[in-house]
Amino acid sequence: MAAIALEGVSVSYRIPRERIRSIKEYAIHKLKRRVVYDDFQALHDVRLTIEAGETVGLIGPNGAGKSTLLRLIARVIQPTAGRVVVAGKTAPLLELGLGLHGELTGRENVLLQGALLGFSRAEMKRRMARIIAFAELEEFVDAPMRTYSTGMAARLAFSVATDVDPDILLVDEALAVGDERFQIKCHDRMDAFREAGKTVLLVSHAMAQVRDNCRRAIWIHEGRVKRDGPALEVTEAYHLWSVETALAPGSVSGAAAP
Amino acid sequence: MSSAATATERIGVPVYDSARRGSRTLEEALALWTYRSLVYELVIRDIKVRYKRSVLGIFWTMLAPLLNMVALTLVFSAILRNQIQNYPAYFMAGSIFWAFFSQTTTSTASHTQESNEIAKRIYVPRSVFVAASVGVGLVNLVLSIAPLLAIIVATGFPLHATLVFLPVSIAIVALFTAGVAFLLFTFASRFTDVREMYQVLVQTWFFLTPIVYHPSIVPPRFRFALWANPMYYLVQTFRKPIYDGVLPSAGLLAGSIGFSVVVLVTGWVYFCHRADQFAYRT
Repeated sequence: MAAIALEGVSVSYRIPRERIRSIKEYAIHKLKRRVVYDDFQALHDVRLTIEAGETVGLIGPNGAGKSTLLRLIARVIQPTAGRVVVAGKTAPLLELGLGLHGELTGRENVLLQGALLGFSRAEMKRRMARIIAFAELEEFVDAPMRTYSTGMAARLAFSVATDVDPDILLVDEALAVGDERFQIKCHDRMDAFREAGKTVLLVSHAMAQVRDNCRRAIWIHEGRVKRDGPALEVTEAYHLWSVETALAPGSVSGAAAP
Repeated sequence: MSSAATATERIGVPVYDSARRGSRTLEEALALWTYRSLVYELVIRDIKVRYKRSVLGIFWTMLAPLLNMVALTLVFSAILRNQIQNYPAYFMAGSIFWAFFSQTTTSTASHTQESNEIAKRIYVPRSVFVAASVGVGLVNLVLSIAPLLAIIVATGFPLHATLVFLPVSIAIVALFTAGVAFLLFTFASRFTDVREMYQVLVQTWFFLTPIVYHPSIVPPRFRFALWANPMYYLVQTFRKPIYDGVLPSAGLLAGSIGFSVVVLVTGWVYFCHRADQFAYRT
């Protein structure tokens, strides 16, 4: 049963050649008939099916379209062409700490984070004790967030995002939070997700992390699926390509890739 | 097609299908309702952040317009003393109405960047940010009614029974303000200079609306300018029950409700059709 299905999905961003930020500039450019756009094609005709319960790593060079793919599935953006179907509740672990406010206490921030994920106040209050316990912040929850260290803030955000019991977890290199002890807890929670049959989609540049966490890996290259298969194979191929092109004289990007 | 079909087979699981999109205006309205707790949290955040760390706390809300009012009242009373009886009450009634409108719309315009930044990263209906601005404005408006009543009592002016109509006029005013806020949010997301331009516009609009002066001093040949101004109907609808002790006339209500509904519907539809594009702007 497919949890995520992408059919012929393309995304293009429209980027004006010159940054026109004000009405004044826009009017001047319009008068001179010079509002020129470039269409940047972030994804071309991507076809993918991810079954429920699969753990999939998304790999590829910077700017290949991995984050665009995740944003499509998280329904932050709409495909320019094609169709995206997602069955189940998604929890984005894309930007931990987005919307955290320094003047609010930890507890208040939990309520705000929960609301950003679409949960009601009552629901979040019910989960509060568990979230705080997992983040190990019992002593600090009533202090304003600006007194927290970066790691503490990330722990709180991670606890909220993973407490919401999603069907599909979208992770964008967010797992490097907190100290080693907390890292271990994070991985434990990820394992629990997997064992509970949840779908996990992980974007990472750390090949070891992909191999440890995922059965399958998808290599995205210049907006296309370049390779899709067992994590070990795909990460190996990607690694080889990276080494080759990085050391090839004169090459900057993946333009010369086979 | 086959894979998509199987994805939709499970029962009881929310299914998102980018191809199956209904009416945008309806969808956004449903999403806004789903995310109502976020609106609430954003309002709370704003109020808490603004007042928590100040000694005067929530009383600051009342003190700030009060001091402002005293200064302006002194100035304008000297000029317009003979035309309007109990000028402080008259001016303040109109002025808290204006403060609500201008502060709410201005803050919507200046928060577009932050709001779009959030909505670019995780899915939230963008209308929650506009709704939250209106919510914050409403809280401040309700709080500023206390100093208004204080001034009325202190100046020996009667507290009219028609004050009970206030919730209705506030609702009408809020609809109009929300409509303008949706339009502004959309423009300000596209162009950064909208905020500055709007501030100039609001300043001018303030003096074109009878707030410091009485509408009766407008010469007959300029009356059309009043009648074409939505703010004229709105301020009168708001002020009459407070100051004159009468309910707004049917004509006045038709004007204020009519303008509010038209502006809100226009703003909402325009906003909903543009909201998708905000994520693609770099």
